[in-house]
Amino acid sequence: MGERVGIEVSLAASEAIKMANVDVVAAYPITPQTHIVEHLSQLVADGELDAEFIPVESEHSAMSVCCGSSAVGARTFTCTSSQGLALMNEIVFIAASLRLPIVMLLANRSLSGPLSIWNDHSDVMSIRDCGWIQVFAENGQEVFDHVLFAFRVAEDAKVSLPVIVNIDGFVLTHMIEPLEFWDEDTVKKYLPDFKPVNQLHPDKPITMGAFGMPIIFTEAKKAQDEALIKSKTEILKAWKELGDLVGRYYQPVETNHLEGADTVFLTMGSIGETVSLAVNELRSRGKAVGQVKLRLWRPFPFEELREAVKGVKRIIVIDRAISFGGPGGPVASEIRAALYKERTMPAITNFICGLAGRDVTPDDYIKMYEKTEKMTKKKVREEDYIIYGVRE
Amino acid sequence: MIKSEEELTWKDLEVGCVVSDAGNARQYKTGDWRSLRPICDKTKCIKCGVCYIFCPDMAIRKTDEGYFEADLYYCKGCGICAQECITSCITMVEEEE
Repeated sequence: MGERVGIEVSLAASEAIKMANVDVVAAYPITPQTHIVEHLSQLVADGELDAEFIPVESEHSAMSVCCGSSAVGARTFTCTSSQGLALMNEIVFIAASLRLPIVMLLANRSLSGPLSIWNDHSDVMSIRDCGWIQVFAENGQEVFDHVLFAFRVAEDAKVSLPVIVNIDGFVLTHMIEPLEFWDEDTVKKYLPDFKPVNQLHPDKPITMGAFGMPIIFTEAKKAQDEALIKSKTEILKAWKELGDLVGRYYQPVETNHLEGADTVFLTMGSIGETVSLAVNELRSRGKAVGQVKLRLWRPFPFEELREAVKGVKRIIVIDRAISFGGPGGPVASEIRAALYKERTMPAITNFICGLAGRDVTPDDYIKMYEKTEKMTKKKVREEDYIIYGVRE
Repeated sequence: MIKSEEELTWKDLEVGCVVSDAGNARQYKTGDWRSLRPICDKTKCIKCGVCYIFCPDMAIRKTDEGYFEADLYYCKGCGICAQECITSCITMVEEEE
């Protein structure tokens, strides 16, 4: 196995991208993604990474370049945050429909306004339905592992879809953590050379991105939906192989302290670790509390979620984004929908918290649990969502 | 056997809906967009080819006798040929159905 080093997560991510031997990086710097792009630029300038680094004039151009380079068969990477993702939005959807296996690290940051550079999940939720495979990382090691995982899955001929790896801005990107690098042989074993399913090449001309009349559009969308759903098989395979090689086994839905739990927290991203501290504390007080973490956001892991919460009476879903005027946070809405057909559906309490980097500590999660416990006892009809900690 | 667009299911589509046979736009019938059809009065036609040059869809062909006529598989009936014709030999008439 590779060596264990103390390194900022952004730099570690860049080193993983280097190990993936990427051909093209097209990105525009934006906080808090900046260190990743800066470091990649440095690696290319120093001759340590033999790739084209294309310093585009906007994120719209970044994603456009990525589509072009992926289409000719180059291993392609980009990275953005918040407003940058909003600006590349148009092309993000096109990349998925063209089935181009681009890899994006999304350093999650709130969408303006008020203008903010801090972490929440409003950026990724704005492109929830873009057709990319979307996963969340909880710590630096998971970011490193998932860079290599992302290329492996995206470029799998049975998948051929772009992948977003979500990493919480600052909380992960700017953290210095001890993490284990892979050695080169392991990377080689895990990540074969990129052989595109479709390739723009003068020897065999094809058209990508052609017009689709109403007579064919519905079929095109159905094919795209099926491709994303079916990608789960290869995703599971890639996680299994990753585990066999480096000893860390990832799952679409991961659990903690589920034994006998009647209430579980459901989280995505780095707050999973904070919640686990709260769960430990509550367990020590004799509360039957557990935790469910969604790693795979798209394709949504319906079966795994239903299996994980079987027998659970209440789920406390933590959202890091608001759906204005909607039924709750985006995660809670999907959890409710996913469990609606279950014979015994658990009650769902939805807290929206940690918006734009506001700290949420283990104590806060304990308070959320206590509030939920009180509501359960009183049998009140709950609000669809509670914005935790808002000053009234 | 190649299926027509109406018969294609989602399973028949190529990954990413790429078009892998170059130049297949030729099969695409745009003639059914037409509500007006160009009719040429050969007694006035001087075979100058102005209609051929101006047609934005290259839907006008030269015949063996040297006249120019619209290929109704592609002609959308825009009327540019009639507008540009020097001797006004082209008139646009309503499609019957």
